[in-house]
Amino acid sequence: MAKRKTIRTIPRERAEVGEQDPQVRVQNFYEVTLRFTPEQAELEASRCIECPRPACTPGCPVGVDIKGFIAKIAANDLRGAYDVITQTNLLPAVCGRVCPQENQCEGACVVGNQLAPVAIGRLERFVGDTAIAQGWSNVPYIEPNGFKVGIVGSGPAGMACAADMAKAGCDVTVFEAFHLPGGVLRYGIPDFRLPNSVVDAEIRNLEKLGVKFVCNTLVGRLFTIEQMIEEMGFHAVFVGTGAGYPSFMGIPGDSLNGVLSANELLTRCNMMQAKDEGFDTPLPIGAKVAVIGAGNTAMDAMRVCKRLGAEEVHCIYRRSRNEAPARIEEVHHAEQEGIAFHWLTAPVAILDDGKGGVRGMRCIKMELGEPDASGRRKPVTVKGSEYEFACDLVVVAIGTNANPIIGQTSKIALDKRGYIATDADLATSLAGVYAGGDIVTGAATVIKAMGAGRTAARSMKKYLGLRD
Amino acid sequence: MSSLLDSRGFEIVARQDFSDVTYLLEVRHPLMAKAARAGQFVIVMLDDHGERIPLTIADFDRERGTITLVIQAVGKTTREMQDVCRVGTFLHALAGPMGEPSHIGGQHRVVCVGGGLGVAPIFPQARAYKEAGAHVTAVVGFRTKDLVFWEDKFRACCDEVIVCTDDGSVGIKGNVTEGLRQAIAAHPDVDEVVAIGPPIMMKACAETTRPHKIKTVVSLNPIMVDGTGMCGGCRVKIGDGIKFACVDGPDFDAHQVDFDDLMVRLKRFAATEKAALAKYEESCRMGREPAA
Ligand SMILES: Cc1cc2nc3c(=O)[nH]c(=O)nc-3n(C[C@H](O)[C@H](O)[C@H](O)COP(=O)(O)OP(=O)(O)OC[C@H]3O[C@@H](n4cnc5c(N)ncnc54)[C@H](O)[C@@H]3O)c2cc1C
Ligand SMILES: Cc1cc2nc3c(=O)[nH]c(=O)nc-3n(C[C@H](O)[C@H](O)[C@H](O)COP(=O)(O)OP(=O)(O)OC[C@H]3O[C@@H](n4cnc5c(N)ncnc54)[C@H](O)[C@@H]3O)c2cc1C
Ligand code: SF4
Ligand code: SF4
Ligand code: FES
Ligand SMILES: [Mg+2]
Repeated sequence: MAKRKTIRTIPRERAEVGEQDPQVRVQNFYEVTLRFTPEQAELEASRCIECPRPACTPGCPVGVDIKGFIAKIAANDLRGAYDVITQTNLLPAVCGRVCPQENQCEGACVVGNQLAPVAIGRLERFVGDTAIAQGWSNVPYIEPNGFKVGIVGSGPAGMACAADMAKAGCDVTVFEAFHLPGGVLRYGIPDFRLPNSVVDAEIRNLEKLGVKFVCNTLVGRLFTIEQMIEEMGFHAVFVGTGAGYPSFMGIPGDSLNGVLSANELLTRCNMMQAKDEGFDTPLPIGAKVAVIGAGNTAMDAMRVCKRLGAEEVHCIYRRSRNEAPARIEEVHHAEQEGIAFHWLTAPVAILDDGKGGVRGMRCIKMELGEPDASGRRKPVTVKGSEYEFACDLVVVAIGTNANPIIGQTSKIALDKRGYIATDADLATSLAGVYAGGDIVTGAATVIKAMGAGRTAARSMKKYLGLRD
Repeated sequence: MSSLLDSRGFEIVARQDFSDVTYLLEVRHPLMAKAARAGQFVIVMLDDHGERIPLTIADFDRERGTITLVIQAVGKTTREMQDVCRVGTFLHALAGPMGEPSHIGGQHRVVCVGGGLGVAPIFPQARAYKEAGAHVTAVVGFRTKDLVFWEDKFRACCDEVIVCTDDGSVGIKGNVTEGLRQAIAAHPDVDEVVAIGPPIMMKACAETTRPHKIKTVVSLNPIMVDGTGMCGGCRVKIGDGIKFACVDGPDFDAHQVDFDDLMVRLKRFAATEKAALAKYEESCRMGREPAA
């Protein structure tokens, strides 16, 4: 047997990965980061030192057997790697691209103590993309058990729950309010980070498991959660409706015509394809754009505006770069693409052009004070530091709240903030009804939503008396 | 459930043309017909390249399993729908019913005002008030006699119907506020007024009832995308607060609404919309055979 690898024997640098040149990519919506070539993947896989007790796996919200799948890549068994990942993670091509790996698996990888951690996300994407290209899917032998399960919302939480219930033999229908399934993966995250073709492929895989997608269905309004259980014959229901109710700032100028939420911009651009010739949805285009916030949503909005032809894109964020909630890679990519970052800056007012539109913004400088309840240092204003700059479009990406429709239309118990209240098993106050993802936790991550979908599926199986 | 799974979309089962710009489409959707209530709307996509546009559910028939839309051709999408939606064709997407149903019940004497786009949408409200036991006066406005529609439907469910025309060719000469004024004069005990139409008309109705302190409800029509509370594009100023018309409304207390803000916001995409319509009309001229 080969000698055990150590941190001293592995390649010090990460395997290089192809990336579109910043000058070129700001003119298109193609993916920024390319897929590993098989050689690159093999080289990167060789950097995993195969820890006896891997630190990486507990860092992953769904506990992917990382060491296991990397070993398969190293052994040139990609199908095997796919099988290992999909035991826990249904959507490797998605998670490999969008997980905040630096806070999760890669953040925990021991190689990271001295070198750059193993590029687990890129390896996972490599496996996921290979599976899509090869048409692999893991459809087990499914014995129908006669139970009907309804899933409300087709985002990652709903998809994960649907897959597990279908594998258990249930007759699963996913209801989606939009005309296309996928949740944020479809309407929010732009193609240059996650192409819609990847989302389509993952949905086809679910259909292979027998999951039915019924779009154009606003649950709560077309029928209620209670009706699903009492009249429509669903034995159990999972609610994964997300948290997409955008917040605005409550500052002067908020409702000017040049001010919109990132969700609106992204939905128009991504889902409605307003950027493409021949599509009818209008798209607001700014020459000088200010985006408020520094999360993934904000980064996506900035980079979309850049690609739509904005000369200047400014990021306004009241904390510093270290506190920015976006994935590190996205901040880095945004910097490469020429976004002007105003760290430690808060908007004070959006300025009216006299015709209902925007002519600029007034901001104030901030400095970091004492740590707040979340442990982050609280930004406080610097007196007399207000300044104005010109812009004609303001995109607000400061967060979202719970979507109110399910609360408005059912007796399901909500928590103080309006999210659905659940117990540790993700059971809601209604018998047979479970909930998970952003509508329970508030805006979080794709993989956490999927993890919640799977946890709920386990509880639903128990409720239905099915073996897990 | 099978009707929802029809991959062709949502079938148009009847069409009627009220004028050269106003037309009715009856669409099959049994579940929606069952769920719909007065004051709610749908989001429609004509085809997979289309935009999502909101339209009020102007009627629903639970037996036939259909909902009815009455549409005014004002721009690219509604013009194209007028051109291509025939009986037996399909809408690509149809989602709803959306919005909070109107709060109907407990009122004594109600005036329902509909003008322009608002005549059809006020109908289910008038009927619901009547069913809930109120005395209902309908005030409906048209440009001229030839454009009047649904007078029979209103007469069938209202205690009184006041038709107003701009040119006085039938009913009262003048706009609906004149009709509203007369209705209030005749019945000083009116306890609720509902007005649906262009913002300028709803604003005028609000000002008409304000001195009388009569509770007045309007159905707001800001620009929407999803209709589910996800984009915030439909936000409107109500009193000191911001509301999303698609989930918090579309009905609001007229005396709290900032109509000027709404009117400015409705022009958000005016330039793009104008260009889209011009391009569409151009392509029709180029592509169309002389009418047979
Ligand atoms: C722009 C953007 C970028 C992001 N980037 C990242 C990233 O890089 N990495 C990461 O990990 N996370 C990212 N996130 C967060 C992540 O996408 C979410 O945490 C995740 O999608 C939540 O999944 P979910 O299934 O709970 O809800 P969603 O993905 O929000 O899906 C909910 C679905 O339910 C539907 N729905 C809502 N109400 C109803 C109803 N009443 N009836 C029927 N259907 C309904 C909605 O239309 C939607 O399709 C991003 C979010 C945004 C907005
Ligand atoms: C809740 C609600 C109910 C409505 N009910 C009806 C109805 O029953 N019958 C009817 O004819 N019309 C109704 N409308 C208005 C209808 O949605 C618009 O006339 C239609 O979207 C115009 O599209 P267009 O492409 O033909 O015209 P465009 O030229 O694109 O737009 C004309 C004007 O319509 C408005 N508009 C454009 N796009 C939208 C949009 N996505 N959402 C809302 N308004 C828009 C704008 O003010 C615009 O300037 C309703 C609107 C709302 C919000
Ligand atoms: S699912 Fe996300 S966190 Fe887990 S291993 Fe994959 S990339 Fe890392
Ligand atoms: S912690 Fe890093 S080196 Fe160790 S098994 Fe996980 S990926 Fe490999
Ligand atoms: S239409 Fe998007 S929030 Fe109302
Ligand atoms: Mg239009």
